[in-house]
Amino acid sequence: MAEARQEARPRPLSPHVQVWRWHITMAASISNRVAGVALYAGWLIFAGWALALSAGADAYMAYTRLLTSPLGLLVLVGVTAALFFHIGAGIRHLAWDSGRGFAKATASATAWITYAFALVATALVWGLVLGLHAG
Amino acid sequence: MVELTLPKNSKVGKGRHYPAPDGAEKVRRFKVYRWDPEGQGNPVWDTYDVDVSACGPMVLDALLHIKNVMDPTLAFRRSCREGVCGSCAMNIGGRNTLACTHGWEEVSGAEVTISPLPHMPVIKDLIPDLTLFYAQYESIEPWLHTVTPEPQKEWRQSEEDRQKLDGLYECILCACCSTSCPSYWWNQEKYLGPAALLQAKRWLADSRDEATGERLDALEDPFKLYRCHTIMNCAQVCPKGLNPAKAISEIKVMLVDRTI
Repeated sequence: MAEARQEARPRPLSPHVQVWRWHITMAASISNRVAGVALYAGWLIFAGWALALSAGADAYMAYTRLLTSPLGLLVLVGVTAALFFHIGAGIRHLAWDSGRGFAKATASATAWITYAFALVATALVWGLVLGLHAG
Repeated sequence: MVELTLPKNSKVGKGRHYPAPDGAEKVRRFKVYRWDPEGQGNPVWDTYDVDVSACGPMVLDALLHIKNVMDPTLAFRRSCREGVCGSCAMNIGGRNTLACTHGWEEVSGAEVTISPLPHMPVIKDLIPDLTLFYAQYESIEPWLHTVTPEPQKEWRQSEEDRQKLDGLYECILCACCSTSCPSYWWNQEKYLGPAALLQAKRWLADSRDEATGERLDALEDPFKLYRCHTIMNCAQVCPKGLNPAKAISEIKVMLVDRTI
């Protein structure tokens, strides 16, 4: 007679993000979500700016000083990048919704293009802003 | 729910090291996930220094070599060894694929890391529990539904209509795609996952099937179908080169088309 089977212990869950080697399409997907969340923060910053404007000159000065501090500028650049990434990814989703752009190579290429677009567009906008400011 | 970390009992510790035999010509390190239901404690990573000059070119060859020569306790599924049965699906070097058709030379990095298909309950070592996965496949009723009386011979299909099944019928249900999908990782109780949905499309696309409307009704649900966020991991990893994301999108288009 075989011995009584040992009481089964709970099964572990196999590793997932811990082991996964990312494709560019997966990175672009999560980036789009992060960008979406960042844009909520962007709108709050914008709403804060409007509030400061209505609260008078002192408040407005203080707010713009905060925004133009190195950290403030970094946040604004980030929000700009998020905006452009979200636009690019949105166009990508529009193509997908019409059933196009699903081939493996196409989806990977458009993911790279979205990153490149966000990077270049952000650099252009801020180059322009800082250039105008300096000039 | 999105859960980035592993539960307490699933955190993977450091395991045993099996050195290469004396006189090994070419050594490659394999880092393998181990968990014994009859043992104690958490899963561990065992490392095997395999003399790859003594085994075949595929990851499955290396696993069989480990089991035959170094450690007979290692458990994994395998059968056809030619990419037809789907049994040896596992995560190799961070991506899901079939051990039998993936060469260990194709894996970059110092070690070849091998773990069970991601985010599944582990039965033992590299063997995941696929009960839910199969139940989801069954739920899409993967057989011909007809109302017209059965013909004398077979159900006829034109060559053109038959071609509509290309890219769908080749699926071997290895579960590489479903278990690659973060959406499936975190919503597998409600989201059917890429494999079941690709098969759903296979029956929607079949000219002989007469239940297209009912099939679409069954999929029109906020979770079953629409949790696909086009992350594209499914298409990236499918060892048969199929594209579940595209099939899912085509189902969505069918759902829109029938309302306009």
